[in-house]
Order: sequence, then C-alpha cells, then structure tokens
Amino acid sequence: MQIVRTLLTRLATTIITLLGAAIIVFVVIRVVPGNPIAMMLPPGATDADIARLEALYGLDKSIFEQFLIWIANVLQGDFGTSITTRQPVFDLVIGRLPATLELSVMALLIAIVVGGSAALTATLYRGTKVEGGIDVAGGVALSLPDFLWGLALILVLGVLWPLFHISGRVSPSLGFEFNTDFYLIEALVRFRFDVVLDLLGHMFLPALALAIPLAAIILQLLKQSLKECMHDDYITLARTKGYSETSIITRDALPNAILPTLTLVGVQFTFLIGGTVIIERLFSYEGLGNMAIDAVINRDLPLIQGIVLVFALLFTLVNLLVDMTYAALNPRLRHA
Amino acid sequence: MRDARGQVRRMPGLRLWLSGSWLLILILAAVFAPMISPHDPLEQDLFAARLPPFWQQGADPAFLLGTDSLGRDLLSRMLYGARLALTVALVAGTLTCLVGATLGLIAGYYRGWADLVISRLVDIWMAFPPVLFAILLIAVLGTGLTSIIVAIVVIDWTRFSRVVRAEAMSQGAMDYVASAQVAGRSRLGIALAEILPNVLPTIVALLTLEMGIAVIVEAILSFVNLSISTDQPTWGGMIAEGRTSIYQAWWVLVFPLAALFLTVLSFSQLGEGLKDYFDPVLR
Repeated sequence: MQIVRTLLTRLATTIITLLGAAIIVFVVIRVVPGNPIAMMLPPGATDADIARLEALYGLDKSIFEQFLIWIANVLQGDFGTSITTRQPVFDLVIGRLPATLELSVMALLIAIVVGGSAALTATLYRGTKVEGGIDVAGGVALSLPDFLWGLALILVLGVLWPLFHISGRVSPSLGFEFNTDFYLIEALVRFRFDVVLDLLGHMFLPALALAIPLAAIILQLLKQSLKECMHDDYITLARTKGYSETSIITRDALPNAILPTLTLVGVQFTFLIGGTVIIERLFSYEGLGNMAIDAVINRDLPLIQGIVLVFALLFTLVNLLVDMTYAALNPRLRHA
Repeated sequence: MRDARGQVRRMPGLRLWLSGSWLLILILAAVFAPMISPHDPLEQDLFAARLPPFWQQGADPAFLLGTDSLGRDLLSRMLYGARLALTVALVAGTLTCLVGATLGLIAGYYRGWADLVISRLVDIWMAFPPVLFAILLIAVLGTGLTSIIVAIVVIDWTRFSRVVRAEAMSQGAMDYVASAQVAGRSRLGIALAEILPNVLPTIVALLTLEMGIAVIVEAILSFVNLSISTDQPTWGGMIAEGRTSIYQAWWVLVFPLAALFLTVLSFSQLGEGLKDYFDPVLR
C-alpha cells in the first residue's frame, strides 16, 4: 500500500501547488497599475459607465471576494471574458493550446531521438575522437538557451539556406480548412500529406530550437548511465557469447540505463514547454505563449490569468505524471 | 576511468583564458563606450540606412559593422548595449545568488517549518514558465533597469535555493558538522563557518551561470520591447529589429546575436572553470 500512500501525498502537494500558483497569479495581476476599464471605454465616458463596467467584471468588490468568485468560476471552467477580444478566455485558451502542445511534443520527440542516438553513438565509440566531438557539441548545446538557438536556426536554415519556414504555423496559400485545432493530427488523419509537410516545415525550426538544450541533457545523462552499465557482469557475459557491440549496447545496456534519464526528461519537459513562450514569439507561431505576450502587452488581465493558470496546470500535471510513471516503472517502489 | 570530471580537467586553463578574455573585452567596451564609439548610437541617418559591414560591397568604412534600417551605427549600438547587458548580469546575478543561496542554506541546514515553506514556494515557482513570469512582472512593475533586476531575482532565486538546499543537507549530515556541534559552536556559526565554505564551489559556478541567464532574460525582455526605454540601445532590441529586416539586412541580427552567444558561453565556461578551481577535492 506504500504506492497508494505515495501517490495520495503527491496528489495533495499538487493541489497545494496549484492553489499557491493561483494565489500568486491573482496577487501579481491585481497590482497591475493602469485601469484596464478606462482603456476599454471611449473618451468622454461618464463615471456611471465606468462603474457599470467595473461591476460587470467584478472589479468593484473586495480583493478577497474577487479571489473567491474567480476561483469558483475557474473551477467551473469559466475563466472570464478577454478585455481586448471580448471572447470567453476559456475558448481562446483552448483554441491555442493544441498548437503549443503539438510544438512541445514534436520538440520532445526530436530531443529524444537526437540526444538518445548521440548517447548511443558516443558509447559505441567511447574513448575515440567521435566521443570527444559529441561531448564538445553537447557542452555547447547545453550552455546556450533555446532563444539563441532559435535565432541561429532562423539565420542558417531560414535565410542562408531557406529550407524551412521561419514564421507562422501553416501557409495560408494552401487554402486548407481545419475542423479542429490539432492541425498536424488532423492533416495526418485526413491523409493530406501536402498539408502535413507544410505544417512540419513551419514547426521544425521552433521545435529544434526547443529540443537542442534538452537533447544535450539526455545525451549527457544517458551516456553516463550507459558507461556505468558497460562494466556490469551481464555485459561481459553478452560479450563472451559473441554479440556485437551495437547489439550489446542497445539490447542489454540501454534497458538498464534508461530509468534515470526518463525521470529527468519528464522534469525537463516542463522547462521545454516554458520555452515555447518566447520561441513562439520568435517564429510568429500562433500558440498559447505568443498569445500570452500579446495579452501582457495589452494588459488583458482575464486572459493573462487564464493562460498562466493553464501553464501551471500543465506543468504540475506533467510532473505528477512523471512521478506516477516512475513509481510504476521502478520495481523497488512497485513491490514495497 | 575517464569520467566527466576527468574530461573537464583536461583543459581548464584554456576555457578560463578564452572566456575570461571575452568578458574582459566586454567590460572594457562597456566602460569606455562613450570614448570608443565611432558614432552616437541614437543618431539616425536615413541616407545611410542598411549599410552592410565593411567587407561587403557597398559598405561605408565610417560604419564598420554597417547600419540598421534607421541608419544607426551597429558597432556603437553594440558597445552601448554591452553596458546594460553587463550591469544586469552583475547586479541581477549577484542579488539572485544572495537571496537564493541564503534561502537554500536556511532550508537545507535549519530544516523544520522554514524548509517546509521555502520548498513549497519553490514548487509553486516551478509551476510557472519563467519567461512568461518575467514578462508579467515587467508589465506589473513597469519598464526600467530596476524592474528588470527585480524580475530576474524574483524568478530565478529558486535555481540557487534548490541546489544549495540539497548540498547543505548532505553537508549537514557529515561528521565534521557533528563534531562542531559537540565542540559547542552555535547553529549560525556552523552554517557560516562549516557548511558555507563547502557549498561555495557550487554557488560560484551557479553565480556565473546565472549571470549568463540574466543577460538572456534581459535580451528576451528587450526583444518583446519590455526592457528599458525604447530609445536606449540593447542587444535584444537590436535582435528584434534584425528579425524584422532579416531578408534585407542580415547583419543587423548577426552581430548582437554573436555577442550574446559569446557572452553566455563565456559565463558558463567561466563557471565550470572556477568550480574546479574552488573545489577542495580537485585542488
């Protein structure tokens, strides 16, 4: 029953974290100077007009009351109305979330493939110049953040060799009508591979920029675990049986070395999602992060609250999922 | 066995020299910017707009690195931009380190309710995307140098407190701490005289890393036009300008980007080098 107790404790801390996040968002936003109501009204509006609008957005009640009302509404999926677009915040956020999710998952896949294969190659050629080269590349990849990689990729693969698109999510010239907001999945399901290619062409550079630092982390950690495994007895046994080095690394060492990397990838995935905010801006990608920056610039309080809260929910859920996966995969926790 | 440490130790000298020289050049550039800048960084000259750097066809030797779309001299803007970048790196980096390391030391060594509160705060902080958090804080605090520094400290203190807390906890369990307690030293005395020196190499490495991160955060804030007043030259602002005119004038983006690359890389390499230097085991 140890595992149930662990999970319950974990769930409780998740709820406390979310509540704390909600309080902080609320507090930070309520100290924003500048009256958003004043910006919505045409010049010459009377005090009565202002009071009516304030009542409409609940800004005339006490801060504590406002918080309780806001939390109660949020729990019912009512995030309020955006001040700039006059649309429900929930609809706006739900409309943009799929774009950010597709980008994040694509970046995660790239990071796993690139980082994983680099780690396997470095282990296979350990002690040679190949490993040294991979180490240096990994060190540089890790030292620089996604923002700089994004800019470098725009220059090299967007302008110098214009192989990929550097702004937007899909070419409007395709004239393709999407029924959902999961463009990539929808295009795949509808077998429109021309659209899929176009989407990937837009997504590749921002996803790669997000993936590079994570790939370097995967490379370092997985390589370390693999190297430790290579001294174990079962590896020596496999070697005496005459298996090739490649097959020993992938079939015997990898399954034993992968657990620490998996846990770390989960935690790092939240950092990657956090990176989408500026990367989406950089590549004019129509996701949640890009909308968040616009919302901050326009002082659209309800929209900012909604977006930040959705990010917080996403982060805590990913962390919870990682912990549960770890508990399920780790034999010591499973059988305790 | 050739472990990661072993490889780091092969050429610590070279790393320190290269990164140290670049940072020294940067400091000199920032300090003497008014004297060595060939032009006023704000001076516009639409007749000299988008001039390429000196080695390209059609360049004007008066503008070594070329000009942007308003005809402002890129070299001068870079030199002045280094001032803000370095100020933010040093001030915000140090303050973040002081706040985060102190909280981490308290949480890790004193434990109890202080640890509970600090660790819970760290959890909550980890639930926010840092860039969004920074932009939000600037929107709340208003633009300006102080706001940038406050925003960086508020966002990034957790980076120090998480690591320092873990280190202080493992150091606190060591025998030398127990013997100091037996010898009758106060809790504060042990924290400062026994724990802190052993956590210091980690703090120093994190500090230089944080300086690089502060430079990036400032560049990102300038990029979305939420840093300091718009007419002051910043690397991030130049990058934003370069991004929009990328097909007409790539050099507007390339030079500030290269400066950022070198600066961030130098700070992180300096940290790796200093960590080895301060590490009592390696030394």
